Amino acid sequence: MATLRFTSALKRFFPDLSQIEVEGGNVAELIDNLDKRYPGLSRYLLEDHGGLRKHVNIYVNGERIADRLQLSDTLQSADEVFVLQALSGG
Amino acid sequence: MAETALLGSRKGLIVYRRQGSGWTLDATHFLGLPVTMADVDQHGSWWAMLDHGHWGTKLHRSDDQGKTWLELPAPAFEPGDEIRPGQAASVRYLWSFASGGPSYPDRIWIGTMPGGLFVSEDRGASFSLVRSLWDFPGRAVQWMGGGLDEAGIHSILVDPRNNKHLLIGISCAGVLASEDGGLTWSVRNKGLKADFLPDPDAEVGHDPHLLVRCASQPDVLWQQNHCGIFRSVDNGRNWTDVSQDGGPAFFGFAIAADPKSPDTAWVVPADSDGIRVACNQALCVSKTEDGGKSWSALRNGLPQQHVFDITYRHALDVRGEDLLFGTTTGNVYHSADRGRNWSLLHSNLPMIHSVRFV
Repeated sequence: MATLRFTSALKRFFPDLSQIEVEGGNVAELIDNLDKRYPGLSRYLLEDHGGLRKHVNIYVNGERIADRLQLSDTLQSADEVFVLQALSGG
Repeated sequence: MAETALLGSRKGLIVYRRQGSGWTLDATHFLGLPVTMADVDQHGSWWAMLDHGHWGTKLHRSDDQGKTWLELPAPAFEPGDEIRPGQAASVRYLWSFASGGPSYPDRIWIGTMPGGLFVSEDRGASFSLVRSLWDFPGRAVQWMGGGLDEAGIHSILVDPRNNKHLLIGISCAGVLASEDGGLTWSVRNKGLKADFLPDPDAEVGHDPHLLVRCASQPDVLWQQNHCGIFRSVDNGRNWTDVSQDGGPAFFGFAIAADPKSPDTAWVVPADSDGIRVACNQALCVSKTEDGGKSWSALRNGLPQQHVFDITYRHALDVRGEDLLFGTTTGNVYHSADRGRNWSLLHSNLPMIHSVRFV
């Protein structure tokens, strides 16, 4: 299981959100399983077509994922995954 | 008489309450989050449509006047839906809202950018795309963005006489009508002008900024269009240009129809497409009481110099004697006498996206 950490900005909408371990062979499966723990969270991260939202970034072990559309980047059980937002707006 | 007004703003939902002869700012919800529209349904529930930016569009309903909010699944396209071949569709703005009418008490319509019309039959627990409109012939090539990146549905009118009869306004495409609850659609742009197109009389491609209806005579419609102000007396089958010749009542976004008089409407003019500030940098609301044959500019109480404000399409409302509008520079003005006199309710607010009396 990969370990997930989140930007604190998401806690406004999911107050119980905290570092957790989630199963998934790739990023898409990880977010599917994450949504079962926090219903609706995937809609905050993904566009209607299933790709990553423009201003959301996901890092695996410090590297930004390569496939933002299909989320096919593979995961190992010891991986650390960070869900972050871009800094923008005002 | 309205007792509450909901203002969707760049930084939250702002609630005003009537207090004596005036209005006071009573509460702010969703502080810091853009509320593209706030409205009330036929049950009295409040709806807030948000654009989080980073996290996408979100939809909330309150059944207790803002004490608590329920987040509902926002309308969304299905994977595989495309704006045009090769360009995946994803909802960017929730831009218009309508209750289904008394015949359909649980029905909610929401229009989006890109131009999807979504319907819920369970008061927002779920939404589905109106496929017949998304698949309307020519949509992918004839519809286009007007101000926003893609075409958007900003107006949804449910006919009070027959709730299956719908009119929608699309920037840019024009006015489309359905008489079967959204199963089939037809274009109602006859008489409109689109001087930004090679053919100003094109059937599709017009830019109605907002479409409104006279509640007591539902065949009477008004639209503030990119190319002037238009009125219809036959439910949109024919449109007549009623813009003011040589006066400010021409370009703008907002328009409000008097619920009782089919001849009365208000607009908040702006100074041309290219500049987009108040006309001559002096704020006015223009009113007609003769079906658009003549317009008068109402200025009493409104600033008359150094004004940069414009009023977005959903940010003007009328209820009884009250008129209320908010501007892009965060000013909110109220009239208690149908526009003859105005007072500033607040300045220093965020950009105002929408104003609705409850």
